[in-house]
Amino acid sequence: MLKIKNLEKIFYRGTPNENIAINKIDLTVNEGDFITIVGSNGAGKSTLLNSIAGVFPVENGTIILDNEDITKKTEYKCAQKIGRVFQNPLAGTSPEMTIEENLSLAISKSNNLSLKWGLSKHKREIMRKHLEKIDLGLEKRLTTKVKLLSGGQRQALTLLMATVANPRLLLLDEHTAALDPATAIKIKNLTAELVNENNITTLMITHNMEDAIKMGNRLIMMDGGKIIYDIPAAEKADLTIEKLLKMFEIKHGGKFNNDRMLLSV
Amino acid sequence: MNLSFAITSLEQGLAFGIMALGVFISFRILDFADLTVDGSLPLGAAVSARLLTMGMNPFFSLGAAIIAGGMAGAITGFLNTKLKIAPLLSGILTMTSLYSINLRVMGRPNIPLIGKETIFSFIRDLGIPYPWNNLLLLIIVIVAVKLILDAFLNTQIGFALRATGDNPQMIRSMGISTNSMKMLGLIISNALVALSGALVGQYQGFADVNMGVGTIVAGLASVIIGEVVIGEKSIMIATIGVIVGSILYRFSISIALNLGLAASDLKLLTAILVIIFLSTPRIKKALR
Ligand SMILES: Nc1ncnc2c1ncn2[C@@H]1O[C@H](COP(=O)(O)OP(=O)(O)O)[C@@H](O)[C@H]1O
Ligand SMILES: [Mg+2]
Repeated sequence: MLKIKNLEKIFYRGTPNENIAINKIDLTVNEGDFITIVGSNGAGKSTLLNSIAGVFPVENGTIILDNEDITKKTEYKCAQKIGRVFQNPLAGTSPEMTIEENLSLAISKSNNLSLKWGLSKHKREIMRKHLEKIDLGLEKRLTTKVKLLSGGQRQALTLLMATVANPRLLLLDEHTAALDPATAIKIKNLTAELVNENNITTLMITHNMEDAIKMGNRLIMMDGGKIIYDIPAAEKADLTIEKLLKMFEIKHGGKFNNDRMLLSV
Repeated sequence: MNLSFAITSLEQGLAFGIMALGVFISFRILDFADLTVDGSLPLGAAVSARLLTMGMNPFFSLGAAIIAGGMAGAITGFLNTKLKIAPLLSGILTMTSLYSINLRVMGRPNIPLIGKETIFSFIRDLGIPYPWNNLLLLIIVIVAVKLILDAFLNTQIGFALRATGDNPQMIRSMGISTNSMKMLGLIISNALVALSGALVGQYQGFADVNMGVGTIVAGLASVIIGEVVIGEKSIMIATIGVIVGSILYRFSISIALNLGLAASDLKLLTAILVIIFLSTPRIKKALR
């Protein structure tokens, strides 16, 4: 359902600082895939997701989503089919607006914006139902401004907002990395729940090897702007962190340089 | 301060209050410090005054002012979103152009409206006694503007507009163009400012090419005073705050003048007032 061909992204092209962040990547994502992505710092993981999401133009290659060429589409246009959650829990919500106002924007996402009321009884019912599922008591705080929520609560809300309109693709970029361990576990469980329930095709970057192995049905390892391993479900089942690190060292010719990743092993 | 002073301040506060609502949209909702308003306020007055001298119905002339103001906002929006000129500079460029345009619209630097039919002469002719005639008219207009604005900001598009100023990344993630939202916000903001200019012109009995100087600072002062005095719990409360802020601002100016302050010092005083209010949160934090 997502076909990436010969993708190339170069920052500061033609300058002494030229930086090939994505080096001719090919990737085919199948309907319903939940792919975890690991790799050292600067491997190009975020750049890959940003390219798919249309954050910046790419130098080369094509990105096809559902038979539609989205390579040149701008970010907000891509977003109509793509849900995203960032590492920063503050990035995905509007702090000065209430929980229900934020959710309303997410629910209306699939429709064109109009001069209809942003909120309605019907919409609030839908919201309560969704919020009850994430089990943080937010369904009782619909009119609370989002800036009053904790990082974990905001990230849970962002995750809900990214999935509530049933996107074709969900892009998660280390979305639990900034949370405390207990909250991170909650958000990970919620992620698995929401993704499975709606069968959303998902790409998830994580610095946590254990999560990368446990979650999803496919694991991609990136290094130096390339995909160095693409491990299918069957093989992934008997992966261990040690094996994964070995595999990395073989291809990379050196130790893993992601401090956070080693810490979380 | 005697009663007539108080009434004048109240009337000015209401007439300029619509301008302050416009500044509220650009400055607070969109987080866009838009200097266009120094040009779009006299634009509204100019368009309305010129049309009045040509015999147009004074109420229709308000509509024309609204459209002209919206166009001014669209130009600033175009400079910023399409040509990628910084917000401040976009506003300054439009404001500067508007000085020439306003002179063209009026054909001269000043149009007196004495003896012309205005919305104020219309309501006076209905037989409503002073000061209720002016007050009633201004209150009806500003309450209508406030209610429509409140309603709009609670529609789906209104939500998107508010989130655009608050977190543009989020609004892009929701599949909405931040550029379109900025454009829309600037159009509405300057349409309101021009409407205010048209009202002020008809109220004071003339349009003048220089009447816009310091509009942005007066608007900011009103918005900030409103936030301090009334708060910003919800949109409905925030817009009440802006109107109250505008009235209090005009009162403080009257008081300052009554105390013997030179009129020419007012702008300095207003600027200092805005600086104090804008920096209060920081100073409070630093003291903690
Ligand atoms: N917006 C950007 N502008 C310039 N260089 C960037 C930008 N984003 C990423 N890079 C560079 O591209 C490379 C890959 O970065 P990134 O995709 O963020 O790595 P990862 O997410 O795997 O840690 C890095 O060298 C980084 O410095
Ligand atoms: Mg990254």
